[in-house]
Amino acid sequence: MTDRFVTRGFEGRGRVPGSANRIPPGQHEIKDFPVLSAGPTPHTPLESWTFAIEGLVDQPVSWTWPEFLALPAQEYVVDISCVTKWTHLDMRWYGVSVDLLLEHVRLDPKAAFAIAFGDGGYTTNLPIPDLVNGQAFVAYQYDGQPLSPPHGGPARMVVPHLYFWKSAKWVRGIRFVELDKPGFWESLGYNNHGDPWKEERYSEE
Amino acid sequence: MRAPLAWQIATVTSIRQETATVRSFTFAVPDWQPHLAGQHYDIRLTAADGYQAQRSYSIASEPMRIGEIALTVERIEGGEVSTYFHDVATVGERIEIRGPIGGYFVWEAAMGGPLLLIAGGSGVVPLMSMLRHRAGAGAKIPTALLFSSRRRDDVIYFDELESLRAADPTLHVFHTLTREQPPGWSGYGRRIDRSMLVDVLAAIGGPPRVFVCGPTLLVEAATEGLVGLAVDPSQIRTERFGPTGV
Repeated sequence: MTDRFVTRGFEGRGRVPGSANRIPPGQHEIKDFPVLSAGPTPHTPLESWTFAIEGLVDQPVSWTWPEFLALPAQEYVVDISCVTKWTHLDMRWYGVSVDLLLEHVRLDPKAAFAIAFGDGGYTTNLPIPDLVNGQAFVAYQYDGQPLSPPHGGPARMVVPHLYFWKSAKWVRGIRFVELDKPGFWESLGYNNHGDPWKEERYSEE
Repeated sequence: MRAPLAWQIATVTSIRQETATVRSFTFAVPDWQPHLAGQHYDIRLTAADGYQAQRSYSIASEPMRIGEIALTVERIEGGEVSTYFHDVATVGERIEIRGPIGGYFVWEAAMGGPLLLIAGGSGVVPLMSMLRHRAGAGAKIPTALLFSSRRRDDVIYFDELESLRAADPTLHVFHTLTREQPPGWSGYGRRIDRSMLVDVLAAIGGPPRVFVCGPTLLVEAATEGLVGLAVDPSQIRTERFGPTGV
């Protein structure tokens, strides 16, 4: 940065030795797990919970809660960055790979974007290349415990390489579409893509 | 509309001590644009070696103060940005900011009411911007603020809230002190619960538009209580902060 403005008297005591190359620009490391939601926490009974893959697929598919738990799952240890400036390293999740879910459908060649949707009406949009090849999973445990409702439980999509609003809480499915359509925060001034390493926080950057 | 994203250097023009750990900073903003009550600014501090820290702070001031904004900052022990504000920044300080930012946790008088605002601690800041905007616009929209603080000395904006209430019979201010209540305290003395929410809803009548800002446990308790009292979840907007704060 050539036009850097130095703040008088600011020493930056928050530097974390050793982890700097894992902290995206403008972020700082924290050890706890803040909750940020736009509205009340939904509480969907597990008996009526389903997870659907729909839209531009040959045959939509949906799992009940017991069926979803029976899918092969694995542990993920990933770094998460929230657009509100925190980064939490090595968060430990357990869930099902989106790649594995997609093995149950055949995507229409026209499908280019995914809309993750959740209880409470939340949506977030992603290009399909950001969702596949081990980059996204649907988590139902965090740190060895069932994922709590304020953090998106019973299940939350997790897309660690994008800002955390792309990791839809209370997720109930993924809809595949041909044309991109901004989701909830993407319609309210936040970036359509959300790569923390490019600091894609807000709409115009 | 200009993209509200360019960093600019604002100058601190006044500092007000609100409580022992909370101060408000007024900034002269060269490339100012009006905000919506509830929006925030990003702050960026840069050390001599290039290290930077960013945080977001809610705007406390009302939108009609042309050319300036006020941010209210709680000192978080060990927080590198809030301690900079409290321990280093003085009047005349030049600080990089950008904003206003945020388009959901916002209210303007044209959106109407009745309006229910629920705050915990420094979560009151964006709600204060709404109340100042409402007063400045002369809007007589039935409004209640339910404000949870630990002790009387921790109540941010106490005197200003009293003045606003005294001047406007359509504004109802309810305080609750969760840790300690002074002798003769007439407000509540417990965490937000169902019966408190019933009282507050009764004061404004009608299905409210709700804004809740505070620590996670308070937000969860308040919103679940309201949904249990048949308030439409789609009319409840929340902003939360956990132990990390901002």
